[in-house]
Amino acid sequence: MQPNPQETLSTQPELSPKNNQAKSKSPLKLAMGRFLKNKMAVISVIFLVVIVLVCLLAPLFTNQDPVETDLFQIEKSPSEEHILGTNGTGQDNFARLLYGGRISLLVGFSAMFFTLTIGILLGSLAGYYGGKVDSIIMRAADIMLMLPFLVLTLTIIAILDNITIPIFVTIIAVTSWPNLTRIIRGTYLSLREQEFILGARAIGARDFRIILRHFIPNAIGPIIVNATLMMASYIIIESALSFIGFGIPQPTPTWGNMLSEAMNVRILRDHPEAWIPPGIAIFVTVLAINFIGDGLRDAFDPKSKQR
Amino acid sequence: MYKYIIRRILVFIPMLFALTIIVFGLAKAAPGDALTGQQLADPKVNPEVYEQQREALGLNDPIPVQYWNWLSSAAQGDFGKSLVFNGRSVAELIESRVANTLYLGLFSLFITIIVAIPIGIYSARKPYSLLDYAATGFGFLGLAIPNFFFGLIAIYFLAINLGWFPAQGTLSGPGVEGFAAFVDRIHHMVLPGITLGLAGTATYMRYMRSEVLDVLGSDYIRTAKAKGMSDQNVLYKHTLRNALIPIITLMGFEIGVLLSGAVITEQVFQYPGLGTLFISSVTNRDFPVVMAITLILGILILIGNLLADIFYSIIDPRIRYD
Repeated sequence: MQPNPQETLSTQPELSPKNNQAKSKSPLKLAMGRFLKNKMAVISVIFLVVIVLVCLLAPLFTNQDPVETDLFQIEKSPSEEHILGTNGTGQDNFARLLYGGRISLLVGFSAMFFTLTIGILLGSLAGYYGGKVDSIIMRAADIMLMLPFLVLTLTIIAILDNITIPIFVTIIAVTSWPNLTRIIRGTYLSLREQEFILGARAIGARDFRIILRHFIPNAIGPIIVNATLMMASYIIIESALSFIGFGIPQPTPTWGNMLSEAMNVRILRDHPEAWIPPGIAIFVTVLAINFIGDGLRDAFDPKSKQR
Repeated sequence: MYKYIIRRILVFIPMLFALTIIVFGLAKAAPGDALTGQQLADPKVNPEVYEQQREALGLNDPIPVQYWNWLSSAAQGDFGKSLVFNGRSVAELIESRVANTLYLGLFSLFITIIVAIPIGIYSARKPYSLLDYAATGFGFLGLAIPNFFFGLIAIYFLAINLGWFPAQGTLSGPGVEGFAAFVDRIHHMVLPGITLGLAGTATYMRYMRSEVLDVLGSDYIRTAKAKGMSDQNVLYKHTLRNALIPIITLMGFEIGVLLSGAVITEQVFQYPGLGTLFISSVTNRDFPVVMAITLILGILILIGNLLADIFYSIIDPRIRYD
């Protein structure tokens, strides 16, 4: 959209491109520049965009319904109509692969977003206020980390019994905030003593403003890097839990749900086309996200590249 | 140092209590209690009889009293009775499985170490060599592939198509004994062991590489080389000793990851360990078993962290404790 020239002129003339070039580049821009030079990471971004688009535009690639069952077409081998055959309840595997990607990516993304919200909130409270607030939050984090993540999640899922996508996402976020909270708190602790924070306090900025305008932007590197890597691990967690039957309930297609079909020896042995594609889909998606995460880490923290 | 170890153990105790409170809280949040199983199995009995038994067993007591009773019996290894397995005791069920999980965990850790550490060292000594690139590539793959998918692929190719390894279980049959049984057990553990160890191998390899690189770049290594010390000696006497410290700590903290991985891996290979027991108990809502396993795994993780800390303080005398 072209901005109305008059409006731009009248509101913020100092932001015209000419003046902007005179300014030094912001750290975020520098990081982006470094990121774009990382071939693997850029290829991964393109690749991931393609995966997301294919899943979102699933109806363009298949006219089969991912949940409709056809009892006359059970465990069929690939044919023109069913490119990857059908599963144990006669659902089209290819359609499930595409539509399942939507759910798997959605769960990964929203769980990441939710964990990020909790992590930033608690990490900010602990890192900014310190003292009692800090020790309460950090002890709670220690306790959460005592239990193996999967065991805790499974126990909660068993107790709740009725799992939907929002509940599932909530369970993941509620059980996995401690790591991120620790990282954010750690970053804050090193920022807290710096002069510009003191300066902001001295001119009477309120706590909320200081956190929003000074702490979060300065901690954005670790936050973005960890959010990316978290999303990759959540996609694996969703698939693992769905695989053992405690994830998103059938018949909703997810990559993990498709893989759980392979628990049936007959499908495992005779229909590799039914379970290998979703496995590969998880694998390449996670691989791409991990490459992006690594690229971001190198971009935000050039020193880490030496390792 | 001893002061530090004692203080570390003293921190361990409240953590343990916190753990028991969480597990107890989860158990209370779960539907049903110790008698629900019997009640479901025998619905003809007058519900009042169960009410009386509940009263007698103290299930109607105030929560703190119940917690204390539960804690004191759990401390003696009494976790009550399974709701599903015909009222077998939870302790008995766990006892029948725990050794298998332990073998599998140790076996996979063994594979991880003998693969990851030498390759990590090699990668660091010859960075950007062919093997280094291969190892880096493997590191990315190993962390991106879900271990259950790797397990399925291993079963499909190595067990079903090639028939090299058994696809499930721990023993071929009841007739195998003595040394043959030991070999058979190992043979059954190869695929699950590799599957479980895959992510760990990738992690340790990366760590080892970066640690050795770090140490090799330090001044005291240059000094040692300047003295005319042989490469072998520099490697074994100076480099490894320092590079292994973070690895050992990592191992202590990775116990939780290993145990979580074991739950999934055992399920893929239908390996009769704590993981499969845990999943079947979660499926059947057999909460006494679920809680007992949760508690045991939590304690194992706590002990792992404690040992890592203590070991760290012994192996690295540079660390000073205030």
